Amino acid sequence: MINDVIVSVLLLGGALMSLAAGIGLVRFPDLLSRMHAATKPQVLGLLLLLLALAVEFESWVLVPVLVLCWIFQLLTSPVSAHMVGRAGYRTRHLRRDLLTLDELDDVVTRAARNDASHQSGRPAQIDTQE
Amino acid sequence: MNAVIYLVGGILSVAALLALYRAVRGPSILDRVLALDVVLAVVGAGLVLNMVVGRHLDNLVLLVTISLIGFIGSVTVARFVTDRK
Repeated sequence: MINDVIVSVLLLGGALMSLAAGIGLVRFPDLLSRMHAATKPQVLGLLLLLLALAVEFESWVLVPVLVLCWIFQLLTSPVSAHMVGRAGYRTRHLRRDLLTLDELDDVVTRAARNDASHQSGRPAQIDTQE
Repeated sequence: MNAVIYLVGGILSVAALLALYRAVRGPSILDRVLALDVVLAVVGAGLVLNMVVGRHLDNLVLLVTISLIGFIGSVTVARFVTDRK
């Protein structure tokens, strides 16, 4: 009986995480904020659902498989979110007026300046050698 | 318990519909990738719900596979995305 209550609460929590992600995807204005919402059901929601499964079946044999599933998701979802965010920044799918701080901007402009000075330096060296 | 299961199914359906809306509308391909990632997460949640309802464990392998496919898909698309809107 008490198990039923726990399973219900955990299932509802996991489903609400998915709902939060869906609402966030529809309501949020640009790619980076949508990315934050979208990572929610994959980590916390999946944890709640797997806990519901563990409570429902009450067997220790199941625990390693569930832990594996969750650790795997925990490792992969930040990587994919990072890749999406990186690609989004590079292809300018973000609204700069919503950013309070853009730490990457300094790095990118400095790298571009270094790149430019290298490229202007190289032909000059060739000229002096010839 | 029955009512809770129907409620959870309804919530998951609404979440899937919202994510699909973003996948259809999404201005850029990265938005669509994110939305489809969320759809995959909802499908995984549906698989867990199915296991709880039917008291079986047939979908566990499917759950791991789905997260693997979602990871590979989103990373691949993000890697090869170009500047085109």
